[in-house]
This record gives sequence, structure tokens and C-alpha cells, in this order.
Amino acid sequence: MSGALNQTPLHAWHAAHGGRMVDFAGWSMPVQYGSIIDEHQATRTAVGLFDVSHMGRLRIDGPGGTTLLDRLLTRKVIGLGPGKIRYSLVCKEDGGILDDVLIYHLREPQGDLYHHLVVNASNREKIVNWFRSQMRPSDEATLVDQTLETAMIAVQGPGALRLLEPLVGADLGGLAYYSGAETSICGHRGLVSRTGYTGEDGCELIVAAAHAVDVWTRVLESGKDQGARAVGLAARDTLRLEAAMPLYGHELNESIDPLTADLAFAVNLSGRDFIGREALLAIQAKPNRPRRVGLELAGRRIPREHYPIIVGGEKVGEVTSGTFSPTLQKSIAMAYVQPQFAEPGTEVAVDIRGSVEPAKVVKLPFYHSRAK
Amino acid sequence: MKPEELLYAETHEWVAVSTEGGRKVGTVGITAFAIEQLTDLVHMVLPKVGSKVAAGKEFGEVESVKAVSSLYSPVSGEIVAVNDQLPGRLEKLGDDPYSSGWMIKVALADEADLSKLMNQAAYQKQCASE
Repeated sequence: MSGALNQTPLHAWHAAHGGRMVDFAGWSMPVQYGSIIDEHQATRTAVGLFDVSHMGRLRIDGPGGTTLLDRLLTRKVIGLGPGKIRYSLVCKEDGGILDDVLIYHLREPQGDLYHHLVVNASNREKIVNWFRSQMRPSDEATLVDQTLETAMIAVQGPGALRLLEPLVGADLGGLAYYSGAETSICGHRGLVSRTGYTGEDGCELIVAAAHAVDVWTRVLESGKDQGARAVGLAARDTLRLEAAMPLYGHELNESIDPLTADLAFAVNLSGRDFIGREALLAIQAKPNRPRRVGLELAGRRIPREHYPIIVGGEKVGEVTSGTFSPTLQKSIAMAYVQPQFAEPGTEVAVDIRGSVEPAKVVKLPFYHSRAK
Repeated sequence: MKPEELLYAETHEWVAVSTEGGRKVGTVGITAFAIEQLTDLVHMVLPKVGSKVAAGKEFGEVESVKAVSSLYSPVSGEIVAVNDQLPGRLEKLGDDPYSSGWMIKVALADEADLSKLMNQAAYQKQCASE
């Protein structure tokens, strides 16, 4: 990525409120406003607001949109009811993951149905190009990248729904987890979904870029008394890691397939065809695939990405993400290991810059919200 | 220790020089600015008493949620004391980085090391430009 960084519509707000701005996938984003641990805990105990406008937002219209998406996503899109949202992968022919996405099936106020896709910021151009290259004239579908004209705000935490209830037109109590609706948000037209990337209950809001600051400041102001605060990307990472949610570029990449990544729940192999299916069927039949596991360490040193997992002096795997878990007060990591070392309870070690630190394989996720 | 009386390294360590038992000893820690930048410290590794350090070389490491950072000694010499309490109370380091936040005491091998360090005004100027 060269040239100037992209800025979200909330950029000036972040800069004026102590946001430490860093380059994230070509976007200038707030990594933190103050303490990462405080921002993390606010999301676990109250409400965290996240500017996630850097995520790619693509709209797919047309009579053939459904079949096009069904051919490109690992998850069945045909039959996905209006208002429903699903986590899915986009794979290459060889099963390697191009991106992990959320696919939304939505209804406009006038009644027209369309699909919406939220993709990783780092993969947005790649996915747009991939979809365009895979489109056939017979698909009768159009794809519009709406990222730059919209903003996306995640409101996450045990107090999130109560905070949003009076500000959002839709009945949030009646909105099932992983569903969404077009509605009014602080008086503006927008899209609310009961989704997130923190392991907490909550919503994500999409509004026109011009209304982003208004929505952000009104949600934050309304939630002040219950401890709502702005949260940066660093705490977003510790939160998703405790919830064992994979992050593209770490747990997922083009040489890892969804089955190895333990994402079989997002792959519908039977009764349909999609790009990567044959490769995934072959991979499914293969024994001795590496497995994605969780690790807990005895000490407080943090296992970082690419640190080797060691058993009996031999490397048996590698860390993909690690942090100090504010909730558990322990160093934790996700890693890929050889299958014979993947059972919870297995004692392994992590090579942390030359010193071998004891670790134990644990069941994922590290953290499970009681509320959700 | 008063911040205006300390000497500072570019790498954000401070040193206070005193005379203890007839020899010059440098007490070393990291600055409030560095702690503020690191945020969320979770772990610290300090050396043993009796080991030697060299000016500009690593004597330990401090780890935050975000990253691990080396601690560099502003002076050369033998370590005569280590603040073993500090790694167990890192969350308090930011409250008092210049007194209870000291890390090591070094018997200075060469006082000329001190001439390469900054006074508070010069250090503040460096911080303002970062």
C-alpha cells in the first residue's frame, strides 16, 4: 500500500479524543485511546464503541446475485432467509482462504431483497476483483463497493442492546443473533445487525458517512452513565482472541483451508457446488492435518505470532496470535499444531525468543459471554 | 528522585548518579513518557546482581500487551542492586517511575558515559518530536 492512508468519517473525532492513529491495512485507525486493558474491560463489563469503517462493505443486487454468491461462498446462500446473516469463507479452487466474510440477506423498506457482504479491510480490493473475475453475464448480478460512502460502528458489551434500544427504530430485543434489518439509527437511515467480533452481545451499525459522527457521538453520550467508551483496534484484538475468533492474516490465509482452521461450521459441502469444494472434500478425507488450538501459558511472557511450539525439542507447530488476556490474567495464544498434540490438557512449550516456556493446550474459546 | 535532576538516554531510560560507599553509582529506570507510550505492562525481566552492563546495550526487557521492548543501560559497569519488587507491581510503575520505579543500580565503570546523555530539557524536546 502506497500513498496517503484512507481515513474513516470518524478520523477527526479519534484524533481529537486521544486516539493513537496507526496504519492498519492502508487505513489510519485508532489502535487505542488510553489503556488497552481498560478498553477491553469496558467492553466486557459495559459497552465499547468501535469504528470499524475500514471493513469493506459490498452490495450485491440483481436476480442472479444469490446464485453468484452461492458459487463463491463456502456457506449456502440459496435459502438464506431475509434478515439473516452468516459467517462464511471465500476460498480459491485449492481450498485456500481468500477471506472470511459476513453475508447478509436484507430487505429494503420498499421490499426489494439484496445481499450485503462485509469483508476484511486488507482483502477488500482482492475480493472485489475476485468476484468481478468470477461473474458471468448470465449471473445478472451487480456488485457495488459502498465502503467509502458509508461508516460502520460496532457497539459491543453486556449493555449494548439496552443502550441502542431507544436510538434504533428496529426492535433489538426481537432481532435474533446474526440477523439484521434496515431501520433508522439516531434518525438516519441505516442498517443494524446483531453481530460483532468481541465475544460479547451487541450490534453493528452501518450509516451514510455523513452521519457517522452524529451517530457515534450520540451513542457514546447516551451510554456515558453506563460506562460506554471508545475502544481501539488493540483491544478489539484482545477481545476477539479471548473469544477465539480467527483473524485474517494470522489464523487464516491463502495456504490455510477452512477445515484445518476449525471452521467446518461455515462450510456446507453437501448438495451444492462452490469454488474450493472439491479441494475441501479431499482435505476432509486427509488424516493428520494440523489443528487450530488454544494455549495457556504458566508465565506472563506473551507468545507472539510465528513463535515455535516445541515438544521434546522438536517444533510441532507455530503461534498465530498471542496476547495477555485481561479477563483470565494469563498469557494466551492461538496456534496450529500437529494433531497428536491438539488434545486439551496436552503439555507443550513455546519458544519465546530463545527461552522455552511451558504451555498447555486448552479448549477454545478462552472466554464465553454468559449474556449471549 | 527529581526528574529535572536526572540524565536521559534517547531510548527513554533515566539515570540518577550518586556516591555510595565512595564509588559513583547510577540508578536506572524508564521515563514516564516511555511508560505512557508502552501502556499495559504485563511482564519485566531484570538482570542479576553482579552481572555487567554496557552503555547502550540491553539489560532487560519490558513487555506490554502490544509488544516487547528492550531496556538499554545508559551506563557501563557492574550491577550492584536490582529492584526485584518491580516486576510484581508493574501496574504501579506509572505512578512513580522516578523513585520506587527504579530498576537497577550500576557501579559506574566510566563516568564519561554520562556526557553522552541528555538533560531534562533536551529529553523533553526529543519526546515532543516523537
